Amino acid sequence: MRDLRLSHSGAVTGVPTPARDLPISARGLRLQRGGKLLIDVPDLTIETVGPTMILGPNGAGKSVLIRLLHGLVEPDAGQITLAGRDPDRAARARQAMVFQRPVLLRRSVTGNLHYVLRFHGVPRSERRARVRDLLARGDLSGKGRQSARSLSGGEGQRLALIRALAGAPEILFLDEPTSSLDPGATQRIEALIARAARAGTKVIMVTHDLGQARRLGEEILFLNGGRVEEQTPVADFFPRPRSAAARAFVDGHLLV
Amino acid sequence: MQDFAASLAHAIGLILSGDAELWAIVLLSLRVSLSAVLIAAVIGMPLGAALAVARFPGRQALIVLLNALMGLPPVVVGLVVYMMLSNAGPLGVLQLLYTPAAMIIAQVVLVMPIIAALSRQVVETLDREYSEQLRSIGVSRLGSVPTLLWDGRFNLLTAVLAGFGRAIAEVGAVIIVGGNINHVTRVMTTTIALETSKGNLALALALGTILIFIAITVNAATSAAGGTARRLFHA
Ligand SMILES: Nc1ncnc2c1ncn2[C@@H]1O[C@H](COP(=O)(O)OP(=O)(O)OP(=O)(O)O)[C@@H](O)[C@H]1O
Ligand SMILES: [Mg+2]
Repeated sequence: MRDLRLSHSGAVTGVPTPARDLPISARGLRLQRGGKLLIDVPDLTIETVGPTMILGPNGAGKSVLIRLLHGLVEPDAGQITLAGRDPDRAARARQAMVFQRPVLLRRSVTGNLHYVLRFHGVPRSERRARVRDLLARGDLSGKGRQSARSLSGGEGQRLALIRALAGAPEILFLDEPTSSLDPGATQRIEALIARAARAGTKVIMVTHDLGQARRLGEEILFLNGGRVEEQTPVADFFPRPRSAAARAFVDGHLLV
Repeated sequence: MQDFAASLAHAIGLILSGDAELWAIVLLSLRVSLSAVLIAAVIGMPLGAALAVARFPGRQALIVLLNALMGLPPVVVGLVVYMMLSNAGPLGVLQLLYTPAAMIIAQVVLVMPIIAALSRQVVETLDREYSEQLRSIGVSRLGSVPTLLWDGRFNLLTAVLAGFGRAIAEVGAVIIVGGNINHVTRVMTTTIALETSKGNLALALALGTILIFIAITVNAATSAAGGTARRLFHA
C-alpha cells in the first residue's frame, strides 16, 4: 500500500510534523468530578517522537487523561501546553482521537471519511482516491456504502481509526483501539499505527494489551488512581517496573 | 339519520366529481399551510439547533418559553396578528389583512415554535452523541449545526410534519386574519365552520373527509420518516 499522505501537499493534511506541537506538557493538572479527584498530574512532559503507551488498571483515569490532553475536557486547575504554546482549535484540528467507544456519524462508511477530508479542505477531486486508500488500509473496501452504524464492533473500530488517520494528524490519541478486534485485525491495525508513527504522527495510546505496548511503544506512562506513577522507556518498564503498583500490574497480567 | 346519510352521499359525490369550489378551497388550504410550514421550518430548524448547541445565560429560560409557545392558542395568535396588520397597526401599510398572506403569517407564528422546539430536542439528543467526536475533529459548536441538522434530517422531518398538521387543522387564527372571504381566504377549516352553521352539511363533510385523509397521510409520512432513519442509519 502506498501512503498517500506522503504525496499530498495540503497545509493540514501534508506530512505530519509533530515536533511543531511537541512536547505536550501538563502542569498542576487536576480534574474533579462528584467530589472525587480523578486526575492529579503535577508535572508531565510527553516528548519522545515514538509512541507513548498509557497503561493502568480500570478506572485509573486513562481515558480522562487523554481527553484532557486532547482538549475535550477543561481541567479544574493547571494547564496544558503544546510546544510551550496554549492549545487552540487549530492545534486540536491537527490532532485526532479514537474513542474507547467509537462515535460513528449516521452516514455511510465513506460518508464518515468524506466528512473529515472535507473538513480538512481536501479538494473534491482528490477525496475519492483518498477514501479508497483509507478503506483499503482499514480492510473495509467492500463496505464503503454500508451504514457506518451497522458495522460490527471491530469494523467500527477500524473505521474510527482510518477516519482519525484521514486528516494526517500530528498527534493521534487512541483509547484501546484494538479492544474488540480479532487477532488478525489487531495485527493489521498495529501495522497501521506503526506506519503512521513512522510517517511522523505522534501516537499516544491507551491499551490493556501488554504485548501490544511492548510491540508499538517507545515509552510507557503508568497511571494509577489518577496519578502518573511511572514514565519509563519500554525497554526498562517491563523488566523493572519501578513503582509497586506497576509491578503488581505487570505481574498480575503475567499470571493470567 | 337519513339526513346524515344523504349529506354523506352528497359529500362523496362532491369529492369524486372534482367539484371546482371544493378543490379551490382545498388548494388554498394547502398553499397557505405549506407556505407557512416552509417559512417556519427555514427559521425554526436553525433556531432550534442553535439553541441546542449554544451555551449562554438565559438559555434554559428560552427553552421553557419556546416549549410554552408550542401551545399558543390560535385565536390569540389571530388577534395579535390582526392588530399588527390592521390599518392602525404597525404593519398596516402593507394592507395584508384579509389576504392569504395574512393567514400565512398567522400560521408561521403558530407553527414556528413547534418546529423550533421539536428541532431543539432532536438536535440536542444527537449532539449529546456527536459533540465530543465533532469537537475532536475540530468543528466549532455553531459549526456543528449543519452536520447535526443533516444527520438528524429524518427526525427533523417529523417536527415539520407536526407543524403542518397543526397548521392545516387550525381555524381560530386564519378566520380572524383571513376573514373567511369566499374565493379569497376560505380554507377547509373555516369553510367547515361556516357551512355547518348554515346547515350545508354536504360541503362541510366533504372537506372534513379530505382533512382527515390529510391527517392520516401526515401520520403515515411521520412514521415512514422514522422508519427510513432507522433502516438507513441504524439510528
Ligand atoms: N463525568 C464523570 N463523573 C464522575 N466520575 C467520572 C466521570 N468521568 C469519569 N469518571 C470516573 O473517573 C475514573 C477514571 O475514568 P476513566 O474512564 O479515565 O478510566 P480508565 O482508566 O479509562 O478505565 P478503563 O480501563 O476501564 O477504560 C473512573 O472511576 C470513572 O468512574
Ligand atoms: Mg478508558
